[in-house]
Amino acid sequence: MDPLEIARWQFGIVTVYHFMMVPLTLGLGLLVAILHTMWVRTGDEKWLRMTKFWGKLYLVNFIMGVATGIVQEFQFGMAWSEYSRFVGDVFGAPLAMEGLLAFFVESTFLGLWIFGWGRLPKRVHLATLWLAVIGSWISAYFILAANSWMQHPVGVEFTDGKPVLVDIWAVLTNNTVLAAFPHTMAGAVAVAGGFLLGISWYHLWRRRRDGIDTVDAKGRVIVGEAPEIPGRDARDHRVWITSLRIGAAVAIVGFGAVAITGDIQGKLMYEQQPLKMAAAEAACHTGTSFSVLSIGELGSQDCDKVTPLIEIPGMLSFLAKGDFTTELPGLNQLIPEYQEKYGTNLPDDPIYGERSGAAIDYLPNLEVTYWGFRIMIGFGALAAFAAAVALFITRKGTVPNSKPLMQLAVFGILAPFGANAAGWIFTEMGRQPFVVAPNPNPSGVDGVFMFTAAAVSPGVDGREVIFSLVSLGLVYLVLMIVEVMLLARFVRAGVAGVMPELFAAHDDIEPGDGTDAGAGDRDDVLAFAY
Amino acid sequence: MDALPVVWFVAIAVLWGGYILLEGFDLGVGMHMLFSARDEKQRRVMLNAIGPVWDGNEVWLLTAGAGTFAAFPYWYASLFSTLYVPLVLVLLGLIMRAVSIEYRGKIVSRAWTRFWDWSIGLGSLVAAFGIGAGLALTTTGLPIDANGDRVGGPFVWLTPVAVLGGLALVGFCLVHGATFLALKTDGPVRERMGGLVPRLAPVALLPIAGWAILVELQGGNVVSWILLGLAVVVGVAGWVFARRRREGWAFTGFAAFGAFGAASIFAAVFPVVLPSTIDPAYDLTIWNAASGGYTLMVMTVVTGVALPVILAYQAWSYWVFRKRVAPQHLPEPHDAVPAVRPDAVAGAR
Repeated sequence: MDPLEIARWQFGIVTVYHFMMVPLTLGLGLLVAILHTMWVRTGDEKWLRMTKFWGKLYLVNFIMGVATGIVQEFQFGMAWSEYSRFVGDVFGAPLAMEGLLAFFVESTFLGLWIFGWGRLPKRVHLATLWLAVIGSWISAYFILAANSWMQHPVGVEFTDGKPVLVDIWAVLTNNTVLAAFPHTMAGAVAVAGGFLLGISWYHLWRRRRDGIDTVDAKGRVIVGEAPEIPGRDARDHRVWITSLRIGAAVAIVGFGAVAITGDIQGKLMYEQQPLKMAAAEAACHTGTSFSVLSIGELGSQDCDKVTPLIEIPGMLSFLAKGDFTTELPGLNQLIPEYQEKYGTNLPDDPIYGERSGAAIDYLPNLEVTYWGFRIMIGFGALAAFAAAVALFITRKGTVPNSKPLMQLAVFGILAPFGANAAGWIFTEMGRQPFVVAPNPNPSGVDGVFMFTAAAVSPGVDGREVIFSLVSLGLVYLVLMIVEVMLLARFVRAGVAGVMPELFAAHDDIEPGDGTDAGAGDRDDVLAFAY
Repeated sequence: MDALPVVWFVAIAVLWGGYILLEGFDLGVGMHMLFSARDEKQRRVMLNAIGPVWDGNEVWLLTAGAGTFAAFPYWYASLFSTLYVPLVLVLLGLIMRAVSIEYRGKIVSRAWTRFWDWSIGLGSLVAAFGIGAGLALTTTGLPIDANGDRVGGPFVWLTPVAVLGGLALVGFCLVHGATFLALKTDGPVRERMGGLVPRLAPVALLPIAGWAILVELQGGNVVSWILLGLAVVVGVAGWVFARRRREGWAFTGFAAFGAFGAASIFAAVFPVVLPSTIDPAYDLTIWNAASGGYTLMVMTVVTGVALPVILAYQAWSYWVFRKRVAPQHLPEPHDAVPAVRPDAVAGAR
């Protein structure tokens, strides 16, 4: 059995899965740190409740990112040993730096934050969360630097058939990562914004549905209380309306930043990987038009069968170069150029196994690149538009008492996730048939490239990869269901689910902060335990 | 060739050794939760003894793996691809264990917590066994060809040495975890584990001793024999202290046993990092498996700066959570129930 195709599917599946958890970790971590800061600064209990509630969801999700992250690091050596040997001199360094400079900070300080309630002084406790979040952002930078090197190899010399690192600074300041990092992080922030928005909408709706909040003749909210339902006091309303507004604003700002950075990245990609961008457009012929809709058989991988239905002349030139006239090379022009530079057939080298000497297909999978690119932009724009609408609808302090609208808001949480996944699938599939993409432009190091067909582990059997794909896939599927179920459980429970002490039957309990260093010693019971 | 590959051989030994010392007790605690705890309260005491620190400890594995990739890519590629099947099992074990630790207390239900207990226990067991097997095999050899690729089927690694190495790490984790629990908890768990260690250690540490002696006979040198001797001395001291219930000294003794044991094994195989059982000419050594001098220099600087800082803040986190965990410290578990008007719930069903 051919391990290459299975190994590619495996890499795609485990990576996209991992990147379901990661953007939420990165974005929500930042928001929880800001909420916690607001609590420490103002002492308003609303912020404490928000910190505890969103912090719990953050942690339920965080662990899944940690657990699936180990696979990411091990699989290079396991399934892609030839890749690891080829790039080891360059690629291992950012991975090791990620561990040394980011993961240790993230994991150690997050442990301190989780168990630090009531044990650490308030400000020190807050600082532990910020350090954990900064650690996770730094880790994102290093892994994107590693990925960017695969898109645009820099900082190396080509010696004895292998790239040898000569300038680590060039790798860490690769213009590709400088563009990819803000784009990815803005995408992560947008995910977190949508998450806050959808869940807060549910709670505001639930309060109306349960007859706690009502609206007056002008549609303004009249906040009520329901002492018999834990957590549903008047302050609870402020928790959700504030969360909703923060979420909507963050989603809009996040998407704006995604668009700006995406434009920068797109222009860069037109220089560095023109073939990928032509594939994003299914642009067979050289020209200036942006395709709004192309029909025909994208899946046939045959340019003669792709018909642009609606096009905006000049638009593509504007996106790529900032003018309306530059002719962008189409696939029909680029592929012969690639064939001339990198050959029409794979070399006769045992590294390619049965594929040695086979013809190289330079055309990326058009269905995936064309639609991946459009889903990324479409879902992102949709989420930002929905967030703006949500801000307008809730301007009088609550949401309409409509169940379908609530369901729409909750399902809308998925849109930014979809945009993130589509973006990654586009950029990695658009790089094919290379695992390390050659760069025709002067800024890349010439001759440094690797075909994906050469990257897979020669000693590993197809059956082994099927075994890992199936077993990891099944475990991932079950854990995804468990995570979503747990998240839903904590969402439905609201603030009382994470702060039962606040709503205990007896009134004499001070709704305290839980962070007073002395508080833990009085009764000796931990503020948090597994 | 200069000294950098040697420096990195030592660095990798420190990273793997640090992993075994720190996550060793986490994995041991995971197994004891399944096999040694008598009731739910005891399991929670055990889990919370490692609660704040286990994730930071696991980063040592990621860093050891990535450090091996960065410094010795040929070693990383050959070892990890040859051990494909056992590493998949290790990954599954680590994934299940990590998720279990976080999720087991999130729903108050006996079936729920029992499921995750099995997952923690078996996950820890499989991970410890697989990592032990892999480390033992990289010291004694695997069938790799001139390119470093595996010759033979997916289970060619499954040899008596692999089993010995697997048992070695499982046994060490059990002793280390029990000693840790005796030191870090109070009440029934402390009592139970304190009594268990002196009986457990002489048996459970035999496989690791067997592995160390095997490696010594294969290519030991003066340094490695001295380190092994020191390991035996501190191990026996740890056992004596454990019998007298001197928990801190017992923990120190067994931890030092692990450290000297690992050091002696690494010293004995130096400079070979992965021998080939097909032809010694295919052996991977620190000279032919290493990255270039520039990469090693960069990594040396980064590690030299970062590692002391990491050790400092990890030590601080242990200091913050230095108090023993006792049953009375644990808050009552509470379930997250929907904040919904009861009639609305009934109506929805």
